[in-house]
Amino acid sequence: MKEDKNTAVLTVLGTDRVGIIAGVANLLMEYDINIINISQTIMDDIFTMIMLVELGNVELEKSDLSDKLKVLGEELGVKITIQHTGLFNAMHRI
Amino acid sequence: MINEHEILETMEMFSNQHLDIRTITMGISLMDCADGDITRSCDKIYDKICRYAGRLVEVGEEISRKYNIPIIHKRISVTPISIVAAACGATDYTPFAQTLDRAAKACGVNFIGGFSALVHKGYTTADKNLIESIPEALAVTDFVCSSVNLASTRTGINMDAVRDMGRIIKATAERTKDTGALGCAKLVVFANAPEDNPFMAGAFLGPGEPECVINVGISGPGVVKHALEKVKGQDLGVVAETIKKAAFKITRVGELVANEASARLGVPFGIIDLSLAPTPAVGDSVARLLEEFGLEECGTWGTTAALAMLNDAVKKGGIMASSSVGGLSGAFIPVSEDEGMIAAAKTGGLKLEKLEAMTCVCSVGLDMIAVPGDTTASTISGIIADEMALGTFNNKTTAVRIIPVPGKGVGDEVEFGGLLGTAPIMAVNNKSCEDFINRGGRIPAPIHSFKN
Repeated sequence: MKEDKNTAVLTVLGTDRVGIIAGVANLLMEYDINIINISQTIMDDIFTMIMLVELGNVELEKSDLSDKLKVLGEELGVKITIQHTGLFNAMHRI
Repeated sequence: MINEHEILETMEMFSNQHLDIRTITMGISLMDCADGDITRSCDKIYDKICRYAGRLVEVGEEISRKYNIPIIHKRISVTPISIVAAACGATDYTPFAQTLDRAAKACGVNFIGGFSALVHKGYTTADKNLIESIPEALAVTDFVCSSVNLASTRTGINMDAVRDMGRIIKATAERTKDTGALGCAKLVVFANAPEDNPFMAGAFLGPGEPECVINVGISGPGVVKHALEKVKGQDLGVVAETIKKAAFKITRVGELVANEASARLGVPFGIIDLSLAPTPAVGDSVARLLEEFGLEECGTWGTTAALAMLNDAVKKGGIMASSSVGGLSGAFIPVSEDEGMIAAAKTGGLKLEKLEAMTCVCSVGLDMIAVPGDTTASTISGIIADEMALGTFNNKTTAVRIIPVPGKGVGDEVEFGGLLGTAPIMAVNNKSCEDFINRGGRIPAPIHSFKN
């Protein structure tokens, strides 16, 4: 299972409100992380935003990005998670 | 490109369905730590474990962070101590257990397995010493787990060892009675023990294994139960397919973690063990999963059939997902660690005899079962003998982890805390099998053809 690209999936689950994308995008900018794709839907009344991001030089395991996102999520009243794309490729691709 | 549905499904598995990497277990060979002097041997063992496993916990946490997935335990398994200790000349092997315990604490792991002996055909002097040291070793250590392989399909059943282990289990219970006979929760006897099992209490690094290896145990009864809820009322072919798909995905997570851990630690990756290992948490129960098949309570008629299918489908999904499936790989049915099993045992619907039948078709065996404190050593040996026969004659792994709790009887409960859970004391058929057990000797290996 090769995973050459240092990309991650960032998900936001919760209630929609002003400033979610702005908040996340600002934080990602501080880490020099590029957003490749954003999609958002309402699933079972829950606001769901999924972002695909290019991590560049950021190593998730060593960075404090996950913690910062968690704090931001608490401020915005949503749950923010970031996970390396390798996980999804492993689980869903034969 | 991964689609939204897949992303949300994955998140759901980890957040609401208790999918987790149960353990990253590093196997370390201690063959080169044998020495004519017990102190020197213990020093070598301590140094080697700390040298190899020093970064294990740190690496586990890194991987957990990268993928945002829970990795519950980091553990160590070692060469059976009876082999390493054979040269030391001492007869009490407790210092070896204490050394393992110290090394486990220094590395930050929460269990270390391998205070073990393989006696399926006969005893060496060292095997005897080790077995006699078990009660004391488990009483004076916190993290050491002990296992003894008593039987194999190729050799038959060592009934001398079966007899002795009944006595040793009783002695271990007595020696650790202040903690509800906790020592017995760290002691398991096997038929056909796998040499690469990452799960405790039965983990050890078999003599055929490499110098150092990473084995990963992964678990997710909740994920499979959730998948089954979506196919309510549909025929069993659909159920089997659904379980296989869930098992495939879970195994892939295990392989990802195993590869990553192996690369970071510079240690070869051995196997992934996909076992549905329950925890006392609600929603993480194998019994409830079986009930999802359409059973009122785990233990009723149909339970064995459902478990057989579950176990088989889990293996098939796992084998498709990874070429390195090993260990036990199946469904565990430990009573005290499974909220649904505890409930069924309390109503009296789940009996020891039914559990025995279930062990014919699942991985492992009679696991974490508390019985009255006055159960005799020979009755315990009888229970072990039956379970060993199931494994030996059906060509599978079986095990017994039984806890005769001093001072307790049917209707009482014993609390172990944490993942070991709470066990209701189960009734045992107490008609004597003493004369049978006292015969000793060996039950010959079964015939391998002419099977009807």
